[in-house]
Amino acid sequence: MNLRPDPTFHASPKLAMQAPVENYAFTVMLSPDGSQSDGIAVVDLKPDSDTYGQIVHQVIVPNKGDEFHHFGWNACSSSLSPLSGHAFLERRYLIVPGIRSSRIYIIDAKEPLEAKIHKIIEPEEVFAKTGYSRPHTIHCGPEGIYVSTLGGGGEDGTDGPPGIFIMDCETFEIIGRYEMDRGKQDKHYDFWWNLPQDYMVSSEWGLPPQFEKGVVPEDLLSNKYGHSIHFWDLRARKNIQTMDFGENYQMALEIRPAHDPTKSYGFCGVVVDTTNLQGAIFTWWRDDDGTWKSKKTITIDPRPEDPENLPPLLQGFGAVPPLVTDIDLSLDDKYLYVACWGLGEMHQYDVSDPMNPVLAGKVELGGIARGTKHVNGKDFAYGPQMVEISRDGKRVYWTNSLYSTWDDQFYPDNEGGQMVMANVGEDGGLTLDKDFYIDFPKGLRAHQIRLEGGDCSTDSFCYPSV
Amino acid sequence: MAPDVTSLTALWWAVIFSGFYHGINPGMGWPLAVSAALMERQHSGLPKALALLALGHFLAMIGILLPFSLMILLVAWEVEIRIGAGLLVIAMGVYLVINRRHPKILARIHPARLALWSFLAAMAHGAGLMLVPIYLGLCAIGADESGHLAAQALMGNNIITAFSVALVHTLSMTVAGGVIAYAIYVWLGLKFLSRTWFNLDLVWAFSLIVVGVFGIYFAYSGH
Repeated sequence: MNLRPDPTFHASPKLAMQAPVENYAFTVMLSPDGSQSDGIAVVDLKPDSDTYGQIVHQVIVPNKGDEFHHFGWNACSSSLSPLSGHAFLERRYLIVPGIRSSRIYIIDAKEPLEAKIHKIIEPEEVFAKTGYSRPHTIHCGPEGIYVSTLGGGGEDGTDGPPGIFIMDCETFEIIGRYEMDRGKQDKHYDFWWNLPQDYMVSSEWGLPPQFEKGVVPEDLLSNKYGHSIHFWDLRARKNIQTMDFGENYQMALEIRPAHDPTKSYGFCGVVVDTTNLQGAIFTWWRDDDGTWKSKKTITIDPRPEDPENLPPLLQGFGAVPPLVTDIDLSLDDKYLYVACWGLGEMHQYDVSDPMNPVLAGKVELGGIARGTKHVNGKDFAYGPQMVEISRDGKRVYWTNSLYSTWDDQFYPDNEGGQMVMANVGEDGGLTLDKDFYIDFPKGLRAHQIRLEGGDCSTDSFCYPSV
Repeated sequence: MAPDVTSLTALWWAVIFSGFYHGINPGMGWPLAVSAALMERQHSGLPKALALLALGHFLAMIGILLPFSLMILLVAWEVEIRIGAGLLVIAMGVYLVINRRHPKILARIHPARLALWSFLAAMAHGAGLMLVPIYLGLCAIGADESGHLAAQALMGNNIITAFSVALVHTLSMTVAGGVIAYAIYVWLGLKFLSRTWFNLDLVWAFSLIVVGVFGIYFAYSGH
């Protein structure tokens, strides 16, 4: 407990943008076949440091086969919520779930260079207390830490729907399930919210048998992955509206609400439209009558390709789908970054008008049947995937692995973990930084990035930017 | 009667001071007034929010004081009641020292329900209890002065005192919280929100204990 609020808690997104820049990044390292332990890499981001752009510390966990994916902080700017008045927490612990093992590690990152495991929650405890499995997205919220899960109960995670559970933000005890009325929600992936407006939005990937051993082509072509998002009365814990984008919009993944809490809109990325292989972004918003609406505001076309250059999975299509696997919104709600993991491109859209996004910048790197090299001449395995933006919006970091078994299907000849950075121009535009290129230790791949002191997919703000 | 006039003045000042003290505590709601005004994008949101917060706080105060105003009818047990009340306040303080967890219920309230939030926040923090020893002190002086008034009249006086204490306290709380909220909203900017936000949890808990101890002391010493 502090006597003053943690200096990394900011009342508004604007204040967070003005705060000192990040010194370290924490990046997931995962062993795709479970032959090594997973871990968190601590990356030096201080440009004047001798070890700039290097992994300067690693937290390696004692188990194998966890498969790290997403993770998050125990506390963020939402602690300044005037309602819960819990400003004296520390942003100190990283909550790191294994989506394959359902084990959760709490890592004490107070001293980034000495980050260490603080507590381990065994899978049995998660199963017993929640009936859910395969924990995924972490957000610190009104009553504690919210954790979304991809699986329900049972061996294959299909015994009952997956959902969200809540953990105590100080003791890390699992409190229990979040939902009181889940409505039609039967799959889960990401979620985020607007705390003052008291709504939450959640999304859908697929059930564990649909992803753990790889994408199931028959399920994808028969549109059996998730294609709906759900709007919740956050504090009443009730699904108030399920919005179906249409069954061809397969895998509605990342939910990115506008950061400014006076705004009632956000974005959701769809991996693939099965009618034409396009990637799509939907803008969702609340209408004057209180109902939620959405409109497809960005489409990204597939690239025709000679089947012999394609992995077996895609040969029948003769094209490379963009595969929009991650999106991220800058704190000023101006730029939306869209990772096209299949094409091998990172797009930057100006979304100042959220209904009319305009492509403002683009970086080509990696990609199926293209394999664009980094500007420093080195290889980049797979394509741009998990993307994270610095609080000031000037630097965009990303890694390359999507999910172990999926990497192998879409990029059967690739291997490796990389993290790169691009600089954002004054009026938009995106340029790879040739001096920032991290090759991960052999046999380990890279996934989500978290920035010290918060980033653009962590903090929820309770006061508007004025 | 000179000492009693002094005590009377001191006790009323204590009511006002406790109001200021509650008002500056972010836990009693001034950050909510700031956020309400900013979210509504108009200045009128601030006084409206302050008024709702004041209403909730007033109800919490009167909800605690009224039961005591009825109890004090048992004039023969006056000292015992005051000691019991003091012990209760101390117990709340000790509880808050030991249990440093925040009441989760407050996080479940809809952000627009400001009066309800304020009521429950005051209850959860024992804000009303902090006034009880002061209030009972005021009633005791009242009873001494009125001498052999009929029970009904005495009760009437006590109820009026309870409302006056709750009102004066709530007014001073609203002034203190309002000044901070306005200063941040109009002048200082949001950056000062986190700078002015101090952890008063322990101080608050100890304040309850101190007030309880004084309550018992004055009950014994006959003030």
